[in-house]
Amino acid sequence: MPTEVKESRNVKTGTQAVKRGLPQMLKGGVIMDVVNAEQAKIAEAAGAVAVMALERVPADIRAEGGVSRMSDPALVAAIVESVSIPVMAKCRIGHFVEAQILETLGVDCIDESEVLTPADEEYHVDKSKFTIPFVCGARNLGEALRRIGEGAAMMRTKGEAGTGDVVEAVRHARAILGAIKRLTIMPDEELMTYAKEIGAPYELVKKVKEEGKLPVVNFAAGGIATPADAALLMQMGVDGVFVGSGIFKSGNPQKRAEAIVKATTYFNNPEILAEVSKNLGEPMVGLTVKSLGPNETLAQRGW
Amino acid sequence: MPHMQESLLIGVLALQGAFIEHRQAVERLGARSLEIRFKEQLQHIDGLIIPGGESTCIDKLSREIAGELYSEITKLGASGKLPIYGTCMGTIFLAKEIEGANQTRLNLMDITVKRNAYGPQKASFEADLDISAISMNASEDSHPFPGIFLRAPSIVHAKENVQVLAEFDGLPVMARQNNLFVTTFHPEVTDDLRIHKYFLDQVCTSKNANEMASVTTFQYEVSTSKS
Repeated sequence: MPTEVKESRNVKTGTQAVKRGLPQMLKGGVIMDVVNAEQAKIAEAAGAVAVMALERVPADIRAEGGVSRMSDPALVAAIVESVSIPVMAKCRIGHFVEAQILETLGVDCIDESEVLTPADEEYHVDKSKFTIPFVCGARNLGEALRRIGEGAAMMRTKGEAGTGDVVEAVRHARAILGAIKRLTIMPDEELMTYAKEIGAPYELVKKVKEEGKLPVVNFAAGGIATPADAALLMQMGVDGVFVGSGIFKSGNPQKRAEAIVKATTYFNNPEILAEVSKNLGEPMVGLTVKSLGPNETLAQRGW
Repeated sequence: MPHMQESLLIGVLALQGAFIEHRQAVERLGARSLEIRFKEQLQHIDGLIIPGGESTCIDKLSREIAGELYSEITKLGASGKLPIYGTCMGTIFLAKEIEGANQTRLNLMDITVKRNAYGPQKASFEADLDISAISMNASEDSHPFPGIFLRAPSIVHAKENVQVLAEFDGLPVMARQNNLFVTTFHPEVTDDLRIHKYFLDQVCTSKNANEMASVTTFQYEVSTSKS
């Protein structure tokens, strides 16, 4: 009898609905980069919907150079222990063993991230093989649909991490959201050629046309440093924001984190935005994307 | 009672989380919806949905920006006037007790919940649920409901005045206490509208039952005679 009951329940983990569902619960929220448990607790107390564990924040990766990898598993485990909100962690592009390790550690989502040094210059991780969801970066609709085709359950703009310059996040959000709008009015006979041009799976192109949106949640990331930056991207139509170096490289991380959380909820209310933006202390030291050399941008990693 | 359903205006708490999915679900059933971010918006709604999201984030917002919104929801919920449906995190917010946590709650429903009861995301799951409350009207509604549990809480204790409508692993996953209704799973991320229909037809309509007792009793009899 108990066996029969169990069978009729048909319990399944790692289904598409379960993987895509987690990011749906994070919408309208802020996901913050942290390098240790202490920062994770500050982020949680400030109202982050999730934290992203990585070895060094992007601004330090830029400044220090060298190969950037998955965090020390002991640090990841300590972060998982320290907070009740979901924990994400970054693995290198194509490094499916780092991803396997992160899944074992009990993280809730993996970011296959261009912020770390790519482990494979040809192939991304087959994300459909994992039980937990993946988030990936994209600069345009074709790249987003390739990652979703590989099993990504959440997308984010690449932006240009570690700069505090929001211009690339804006560019990528406009590219993706604009392409989706244009696709909705594209005649059906043009879809296959369009899919070929942008290098995207045809079935996903068709689905985006029908639904007028990506089949997964789409956040902004890469260069968001102020409450106004977060609200800008939210008004443009993203589902939420990632903030990397912008918080823990600023003068008052806790206060800035809280302000960005409030700005992400009340993104359409300039009075509240003005109020929460007051007296936040020094923002992170910025680095304009235009000042970067052709090989210094992180967004060009991945394809 | 489709004519009543069409006129309903359902508020969805929109501070953070999957509020758009709930709006789409009630609109597909013919109701109207409104995103709630300020207490003034609560005045004209016929029911409120508290969606899934992160309770620590909402906790923070509720204390620092939306405090009066919360006390107003508590007041309306406690008076029995406002039907409220909490999904996942919404269950945590409606509960009187949260195991091991001292965070903001509306303190309305006689249940004790445990956050992240099933573990991290890799333990999140979907399971078929047998729910007679949503299956009684027509035979085509009798198939199991696809319950999607995402880092879900569990209801570890419910007082006798709480009606348990579905269970999983021996614990309640869908429950009701008069105008308060909760599911620890997420019907809004599926295409199955039966849970939202239950909320609109059974919970929101019983609000009107308090106000217009005789009329609603008659309608109730009509609807049960069909089943």
